[in-house]
Parts: sequence; C-alpha cells; structure tokens
Amino acid sequence: MSTADDPARRDVLVCVKRTPAVGARITLTEDRMAIDTRHLGFTVGPHEECAVEAAVRIAEEHRAGGGTARVTVLTVGPPDAAEQLRYTLAMGADDGVLVEVPTEELAPEPTAASITAAVRAAADGGTRYDLLLFGTDSAVAGNAQAGIRVARALGLPMVTGIKGMEIDGEGVVLHRETPGGNEVYRVPLPAAVGVKEGINLPRYPTIKGRMRARKAELRTVPGRTEPGGLRTVGLRCPREDRPETVVLGTGAAAVPAVVEKLTELGVL
Amino acid sequence: MLLVLIDTDEDGVPGPGTDDLLAVAHGTGLPVHAVVIGTVPDGLPAECVHRIRHDLLSGYAPEAYGESLAQLVTRAGPAGLLAAATERGDEVLAQAAARAGVPLATRCVALRPGDPWSLTRLRSGGVLLEDAELSAPVAFATVAPGAAAGAETPAATGTPEIVDFTPELDPALARTRVVERVPRAEGVSLATAPVVVSGGRGVGSAEGYAVLEELADLLGGAVGCSRVATNNGWRPHRDQVGLTGTRIAPDLYIACGISGATQHWVGCMNARTILAINTDPEAPMVTRSTYAVVGDLHEVLPALVDALRARVRGSGHAPPAGVSARSET
Ligand SMILES: Cc1cc2nc3c(=O)[nH]c(=O)nc-3n(C[C@H](O)[C@H](O)[C@H](O)COP(=O)(O)OP(=O)(O)OC[C@H]3O[C@@H](n4cnc5c(N)ncnc54)[C@H](O)[C@@H]3O)c2cc1C
Repeated sequence: MSTADDPARRDVLVCVKRTPAVGARITLTEDRMAIDTRHLGFTVGPHEECAVEAAVRIAEEHRAGGGTARVTVLTVGPPDAAEQLRYTLAMGADDGVLVEVPTEELAPEPTAASITAAVRAAADGGTRYDLLLFGTDSAVAGNAQAGIRVARALGLPMVTGIKGMEIDGEGVVLHRETPGGNEVYRVPLPAAVGVKEGINLPRYPTIKGRMRARKAELRTVPGRTEPGGLRTVGLRCPREDRPETVVLGTGAAAVPAVVEKLTELGVL
Repeated sequence: MLLVLIDTDEDGVPGPGTDDLLAVAHGTGLPVHAVVIGTVPDGLPAECVHRIRHDLLSGYAPEAYGESLAQLVTRAGPAGLLAAATERGDEVLAQAAARAGVPLATRCVALRPGDPWSLTRLRSGGVLLEDAELSAPVAFATVAPGAAAGAETPAATGTPEIVDFTPELDPALARTRVVERVPRAEGVSLATAPVVVSGGRGVGSAEGYAVLEELADLLGGAVGCSRVATNNGWRPHRDQVGLTGTRIAPDLYIACGISGATQHWVGCMNARTILAINTDPEAPMVTRSTYAVVGDLHEVLPALVDALRARVRGSGHAPPAGVSARSET
C-alpha cells in the first residue's frame, strides 16, 4: 500500500525542526521572549536527524528489493529553515517541503495543523505516505506533542520514544526503552512514529549529496500561524547556586588530592 | 477539582515523578482526585480514585489510554488533568489533549489555577525556565520530575473512595499496544548509578574508554559519555548523558574531556558533586564543577586508577559493592 496509483512504491514523510546549536550558556533576547540566536548556528534536532536516517534506510532497502521509494522531509519554520532541509537532502532525502511561518517557535497546535494540511494536500495530489516520522520531542521547546496531534487528526496510530524499527509485510515493529526494560509494539501501516536519538547513527552527507542538495528545488507552502493555547510570558535562566570550583591540582600530580577527596565524599 | 494520572507498574507501584506530581497538584489548592489505569496503589493522597477499567487497557496502550482520559475528563468535569512528565506521561497526555481538542503544557514545575492558568515549565532540558499562560477549558499539563524537590510529599488522610469508570473504546485502538516486554538485564544502570565516570571528545577513541571503565569499576559506578562519543561510534547511545541522552543525578559525576555544552550540562547538572578533568581550565564544565583537575585525562586517569588499585591492595579490602558497569559495545 502506498501512493495511490503504485502499490509497489513506498513514501515516507519526515518532519524535522530547525534548532539553535547553543553553546555553554544561553543568552536571551532583550524582551526575554526567545533565545538570542544572532551568534548561533542552527541544526536539525537530533531525534529528527535520526528519523531522516531511518527514512533513508527504509527507502534504500525498499529500492534494493526492486520497489520505488521516496523520502520527503518537511519543516515548519522560517525561510532560513531551508538550510536544514538541504542538509536532510544531502543525507539522502528526495524532496524538501518548507511550510513557511514567520517565527522560529510556533505553538504545537498550529504546527500540527500545518503538517496535517500538507499531508492532506499530498494525498489530494496522489501521494499517500506509508510512514510519518517525527522526533519524539523538539530540543528547545520540548512540547512533545506535534506528531501526536498530526496522527490524531489523520486517524493514524502513533507510538513515540522509538529506538528500534523494522518494517515487515504486516506493518512496522517498534521498540521502546522504559526504566523496566524494553517494550515492543506492532503497528499497521500507514502509521506515525516518534523517533529517539540512538535508533541509528545518522550518516554524514557526502560531497556529492551536498552538491545535489544545494541545487535541489524546495517546495514552499504557507503555514498556519494562529496562536496556541499556551502563551509565553517570558524566559529566564534558573539561578545556579554552585560554589566556586576547587582546583585539586594539575596533571597526575593531582592524584593524591583526588583520592583524598573521593575518600571524604565516601565513594571509596 | 484536579484529575491526576498516577502511572503504575504491573504491581501497582507508582512510577518515577509521582511524588512531585502529587506535591504540585496539592500545591494548586484544588481538591485532588487520582486516576489509575490498573491496580490502585495504597496510600494515595487523594479524595477519590477514578479507576479506569477496560479489556483494551490490560497493557500499556497510548491511544486507548489517551482516549480513556479524554472521556473521563468529559464525565468528571475537572479544572485540570495532570500527569508526570515522563516519556509515557507526556505521550498519554498528548494523546488525550489531541482527542479533547485542548492545549497541553508539558514539563511544568509550577502551576497556578486561574483564567488563564499561569505556569512555569522547563525548556531546553531545564537550562531555561518559561513563564507562560495556559488558556483552556480544562488545563492539561505534565509535571517535571524534581519539580517539587525539597517540598514535603502530601500524606494520605484516609482511604480514598474508588469510583470505577469504563470508557467506550473502539477495538481499532488496540493497534498501538505493547505486544511484548523484554526485562532489563542486571547491572549498574547509568540512570541510577551513584558514581558516573563520563568521557567526551577528549578521550579520543573507543579504546580510550578502558581506563574510564576501570575507574568506574573501582568506584562501583557506571560509564557515561557525551554526544561526540556516541556520534563517533565510541560508545553506545544508552551511555549518553544529556538532553537527548539520559538525565542523571548521581552522588558523584566525573567528567573527563567534556566541555560542558548546555545540552550535556542538563544531563548532569543535578549531580551532587562534579569533578571535571580537562586540559582547559576555562572549559564551562570546569568552571561549573565542584572540583577540577586541570590536565590531560590520559595522564590523570591511569595514575588515579593505579593509586586506587594500590589502596585496595594495601587495605586488603575489596572495592565498594557494585557490579561492573562494563558496557558491551
Ligand atoms: C539539540 C542538541 C542536542 C544535544 N544533545 C546532547 C546530549 O544529550 N549530550 C551531549 O553530551 N551533547 C549533546 N549535544 C552536543 C553538545 O552541544 C556538544 O557538542 C557536546 O556535548 C560536546 O561534547 P564534548 O564535550 O565531548 O566535546 P567538545 O565540546 O569538543 O569538548 C571536548 C573537551 O575535552 C577537553 N579535552 C580535549 N582533550 C583532552 C585531554 N586529552 N584531556 C582532558 N581534556 C581534554 C577540551 O578542553 C574540551 O573541553 C546536543 C547538541 C544539540 C544541538
């Protein structure tokens, strides 16, 4: 089951989020409403980067078996998020869709509505996704719900926190780690999955991949921008009340002081 | 009235974060009703327990759990629905919120009822706090583990009344349901080890971790790592400490060759004591740690291991109890 007119075809949609690559300290904008990103690089969220890798592997395997496959990566974000889409194309995705909104941080409800609309538009165009992949939660906002809202709107099953995934004839087998051990789910396709970092080791884009991605045409569609039910009043850094660092020494000469400290702390 | 979902394991033991959840719920001043899917634990500090029962709920099932909660909210008409902000709590409440058509505030550390509710939640794994307002007919929120640190856990004041609720569930919801459970192997787990010896880019190679493992062994602890180590394939992802790895709160965290980027820091910032070993005295990990050794870990760690081994031999004592946390890479 897949794209309406070609049952041997597999279509995977991966939703990724542009994430500021903050360093050791976070600076806020003057109005304290956002992270100051003027001097920061951006990246694809790590869970989502693994989701892209998972999708590319599924497509490769399907093609190796004689089928056709397509991986579409979608991001809801500002125009600059095109950079992150190109990165995923360089990793091996086939198409990029930028659902454009004027902000870095959109509330989960409009994000989900934007993605849902894009999936429905694709269906109207004859593309039915077998699998929708999301990161389990985004790195900065950590709302952990956009994917579930999309799945609910589309009537798809969804499991999050997934660190293992295999597609077989009957659907997809999903593995999740819990404090007590591992859980296994077996979900029919089409389905949505919230992926976690650790499911795979994402590949580094090749030079060829980067060249291809640079020239690739991205599709841009407008996103939804209505506010969600949660309104940010302001961000702040929690107070850090750590005492001044005590330097125990330099190099191997510090070892006796370390041993003494470990004894004092009761770990020896 | 607030509905508070108490996640339990098969034996009815409340899951992680339950004390914080109950403390924050009682802190709102609203009467607290517990919701339990499965066995009702003893001594819940709640006026009433809503026990949800249905054949489809015999094992963990995110969609059926979410649907049941959405139906219970319609029936019971609470001011809010809370759960612990664990992976499961966030997932189930998102399922319920999507079905009820309401917003959801995850990872809250403070909640004040009102119109709108005002709240504080964790962002970026906890290095940022977000003050926000939640406008909704029913406030759906998850409470971050540790939110009520230091506060007293509310005590049960008698046996709560148990009210059964049987939701109407479409058998199709059984599609997302645990079909098999694989219990965790024995050993010191990173999440609960009292001592964690962690290595980052400074370790330089997979082989470089041998001395960290030896040190962890001697201290009865586990080995952790930064994302650079997992990305380079030096360590498995389950050893990763941080935002997208495991968040830990050991008694002692020894950070070797780790710079202390925010996304790593959020994973270890709750350690009681941090010892950093780093060539760079200005590395954030060093300036934020309790103790530091400035130097090359390839010199410091072997010397430290030698000294500890000599001590063990000298005293004739075995190293502290604890199983080897050697990881099967
Ligand atoms: C969205 C997002 C999520 C992330 N999640 C995580 C996460 O969960 N966990 C995580 O760890 N990172 C995470 N990261 C990555 C994080 O930003 C850093 O890149 C990473 O933590 C750096 O690892 P490191 O400290 O080992 O390496 P570096 O930053 O390169 O630091 C290496 C340190 O080792 C010291 N050093 C070098 N050689 C030696 C030596 N011989 N002896 C002693 N010291 C030496 C150096 O002085 C330096 O301080 C995330 C990033 C993003 C954008």
